[in-house]
Amino acid sequence: MDWISAIVQGTLLGGLYALFAAGLSLIFGVMRLVNIAHGDLIVLAAYMGLSTTVMLGIHPFVALLIVAPAMAGIGYVLQRGILNRTLGDDILPPLLVTFGLSVILQNALLEAYSADPQKMNAGVIETASVPVGGLTLGVLPLLTFAIAVAVIAGLQFIFYRTSLGRAFRATSDNSDIAQLMGLNKAHVFGMAMALALAVTAIAGILLGVRTSFDPSVGGARLIFGFEAVIIGGLGNLWGTLAGGVILGVAQTLGAKIDPGWQLLAGHIAFLVVLAVRPQGLFPRVAH
Amino acid sequence: MPKPVLSLHKLDAHYGDFQALFGVDMDIAAGEVVAIIGANGAGKTTLLRSIAGLLKNQAAQVTYQGDAIGALRADLVAHKGIALVPEGRQLFPSLSVEENLQIGAHTGRAGPWSLDKVYGLFPILKERKDQASTTLSGGQQQMVAIGRALMANPDVILFDEISLGLAPVIIKSIYDVLPNIVGDGMTALIVEQDISKALSVSSRVYCLQEGRVSLTGATNTISRDDITRAYFGVGA
Repeated sequence: MDWISAIVQGTLLGGLYALFAAGLSLIFGVMRLVNIAHGDLIVLAAYMGLSTTVMLGIHPFVALLIVAPAMAGIGYVLQRGILNRTLGDDILPPLLVTFGLSVILQNALLEAYSADPQKMNAGVIETASVPVGGLTLGVLPLLTFAIAVAVIAGLQFIFYRTSLGRAFRATSDNSDIAQLMGLNKAHVFGMAMALALAVTAIAGILLGVRTSFDPSVGGARLIFGFEAVIIGGLGNLWGTLAGGVILGVAQTLGAKIDPGWQLLAGHIAFLVVLAVRPQGLFPRVAH
Repeated sequence: MPKPVLSLHKLDAHYGDFQALFGVDMDIAAGEVVAIIGANGAGKTTLLRSIAGLLKNQAAQVTYQGDAIGALRADLVAHKGIALVPEGRQLFPSLSVEENLQIGAHTGRAGPWSLDKVYGLFPILKERKDQASTTLSGGQQQMVAIGRALMANPDVILFDEISLGLAPVIIKSIYDVLPNIVGDGMTALIVEQDISKALSVSSRVYCLQEGRVSLTGATNTISRDDITRAYFGVGA
């Protein structure tokens, strides 16, 4: 029963990893941009959530109503102001610039909030649990997983059922021809980053409610996100969710064997997938 | 000639260090169908890309309805009412047939063309509307590319090598519908290597040779010999 419990807990944890990964996947999918600062942007969102809850005395989930639009705005300005200038045939400039952005964000957060671990207080929901078929599951992990599924379904809907998603796909296919259709590439990319960082806001708030965080934890979130994307297969959002779940289950099973093995087990699972199926488990069907 | 809707003024277009066009002048009147012919590398595609804004030039080198648009971004040129059917179709592979057509209407310009009207012009596309655009035959893909440009309700439509790589019977069927497209006053520039097809639908022709206009005139007053000379640069 302990093992089943570990698998279920890992699955639910995978929802959080899928949320880390979804923004990363979206950004890469639309503009072939690998965003090294993604983890730090998740932490930035967590701190914005912290400040909002403390200053306004509201619940972290309510703070999302402020943090998500704020992060989306930051994303749009960041993309149009800086990142669009780095995009081109060479993949190195966006890597270097987002790496620099990561360093700047970490230090700015350190300056503003100090290195002390912080946590958001979400009240009774943090410790509430429900019995499910002999297992006891936390309400917060269940909610996190449900939110992850809803976010991915929402992104999937935007991508395949709206004119914005059509613009994303067309610009990603061929940005010159998309311009001929009257689409402003800079704006389309700005919108993609805005959407990605709105998702990041959700991930950051859930992270900050679940565990304590400090300005240095972004790097590990980036790695988890990357691993979930690669395990699931590039360009497939449901695959990303599956990737997150596999990573989460590997970690909790590893921790079950020996607490020191938690992270290692996740990385091993990632490396095994990379070695056996480099394209990921569910890559987007080639056209 | 009435006031031109689209003009090129001493257009020198460059691809990096390579100069593809040398001082090209051109005046296109509203409603005209003009053919642009020339051998491979004569600068025909460069000319269309310059007009569409995919290639930046000096603003005053291209004027459209009185505005200097030579330095304008392609998406802004599209909003002004110039549409390009690009060489090689260039459909969006991630989009279905219908989505490829819908995205053509992104500019939101009003006009006669709609999804229904494009399906009326090319009924086969309606049957295939939910398929990925890459699963269509070359001729059907060309229909989507033309339909996509029409969905923008352009005032000026630019066709780049629409017969390239297609079977003669398909080329014929596409050229058979062209009069329906340009019939209601749309201005068209048709770039072709298939000279007889280009001349059959146009009223005026420009011949390019190595980036320069080597011949221009009304289609019905130019002899085949003139064209051969202007095309290959031999004889004279």
